[in-house]
Amino acid sequence: MSTPFYVSPQQAMADRAEYARKGIARGRSVVVLTYADGIVFVAENTSRALHKVSEIYDKIAFAAVGRYNEFENLRIGGVRYADLRGYSYDRADVTARGLANVYAQTLGTIFSSVGEKPYEVELIVAEVGRTDGDDQIYRLTPDGSVVDEKNYVVVGGNADSIGNYLGQRHRAGMTLTEALKLAADGLARDPNGGSPRALTPEQLEVAVLDRNRVQQRKFKRILGGQLGRLLGGDESAATDDEDASGTE
Amino acid sequence: MEAITGGTGRLPAAFLTPGSSSFMDFLDRHSPELLPGRRSLPEGLTIEAPHGTTIVSAVFGGGVVIAGDRRATMGNVIAQRDIEKVFPADEYSAVGIAGTAGLAVEMVRLFQLELEHYEKIEGAVLSLEGKANRLTTMIRSNLAMAMQGLAVVPIFAGYDLDLGRGRIFTYDVTGGRSEERGFAATGSGSVFARGSLKKLYRDDLSGEQAATLAVQALYDAADDDSATGGPDLARGIFPIVSLITESGFRRLEDDEVSEIAVSITAGRRQHPNGPQAPSSSPPQP
Repeated sequence: MSTPFYVSPQQAMADRAEYARKGIARGRSVVVLTYADGIVFVAENTSRALHKVSEIYDKIAFAAVGRYNEFENLRIGGVRYADLRGYSYDRADVTARGLANVYAQTLGTIFSSVGEKPYEVELIVAEVGRTDGDDQIYRLTPDGSVVDEKNYVVVGGNADSIGNYLGQRHRAGMTLTEALKLAADGLARDPNGGSPRALTPEQLEVAVLDRNRVQQRKFKRILGGQLGRLLGGDESAATDDEDASGTE
Repeated sequence: MEAITGGTGRLPAAFLTPGSSSFMDFLDRHSPELLPGRRSLPEGLTIEAPHGTTIVSAVFGGGVVIAGDRRATMGNVIAQRDIEKVFPADEYSAVGIAGTAGLAVEMVRLFQLELEHYEKIEGAVLSLEGKANRLTTMIRSNLAMAMQGLAVVPIFAGYDLDLGRGRIFTYDVTGGRSEERGFAATGSGSVFARGSLKKLYRDDLSGEQAATLAVQALYDAADDDSATGGPDLARGIFPIVSLITESGFRRLEDDEVSEIAVSITAGRRQHPNGPQAPSSSPPQP
């Protein structure tokens, strides 16, 4: 009969964290940064249908990296949470802080439960405010920690190197064109110091929470032609509303 | 938050269980008490609650117009003079409600959320037929209440992006749905509104003409139905008129509707019965 061997709680948690981190590091990164009119989300994603960035509620959006089925599950849970809360109380009572707390509890419970494997996901929950001072960005890690981020945040495989790049260049009040260019340049960098890759608009998934949108729902995907023109530095494309249908 | 997460702070299992894209189905499983159709009244009891009255809708070249008067009545009392009965359902559709105001407004709130929820979960928008069918389900679930006098009878109007034209659907209390050609009206003043629309409607209306037509029909409904309110020039309360076109839902501003209402009211000083359909047969081509 073999003796069950002892694993210290520290070691068990470290192993779980390591497992989750490895899963996340395999995926491409997502960049979220503030600009003059709100918050822009940029992900490297060639799929047109499987999104890494999504709308949760009026002023709240969600971005994720890691295992698709796990973050999709959390995204749907979040939409259900927000819709139910808004329906029971009022639309104004749905906040990113509330949602981030619920995600943190959910991830934390899964992380420390013996029966379940930890989720290999890293999430961003962001809410656009009335002014740029009111914008909120929360980053959630697989163990259920919540980090209140300012100005920009990166999650995914290459997060540290891209984060450094953004940290040196991000400033308050950038235009959408500038912010998008910065995010795309960050994503295109080679962490090993090689020459940056060339990212085409087809490889990027871009969405904004635009506080100046007249609709109640501030989330908008930036698609096709408009994305190409913005990446090409065309400032006038920022106000271009040709494919504005809320979401597609 | 407690009520929603069951006190654990964590998303309950129902939230993370794969399921349908319908918010109503989710409510049915997780919080059935929040579904309007789940309530029942004791047998034989009738409640007097504010009722909304007349909604009219008409298709025009670039889309569809939907309009409602502003009066809510409770028996012979005017319960409210500025009630809103026309709501955007989503970017390309609207619902106008006649019947028990409290239930109707709740139904609209749930319907709006149902469409938005589907859109967020699926990343795609329901077809106009799909939206109309979801509304059928909601009305059907209210049948027990309707039998006790708390009926909700909406009109659903929208711009069909696939077909490139405006469409109108009407319902009866059992959820029976029918698509209307040209124009439709519901509510207590609908008989008079429909007569008016029938005589004034043409196939080639512009959006502006369709809006005027809708206000004319509401004026006629208010003229003969005590539960329908006419334009209230003294208080500055005008019908709600909304246009849905290729570029989406737009509720006309108060001053736009006021202009239409003032000109119609002035016209009625000359011809109290309103514009006339020709009394001789049109010349043969």
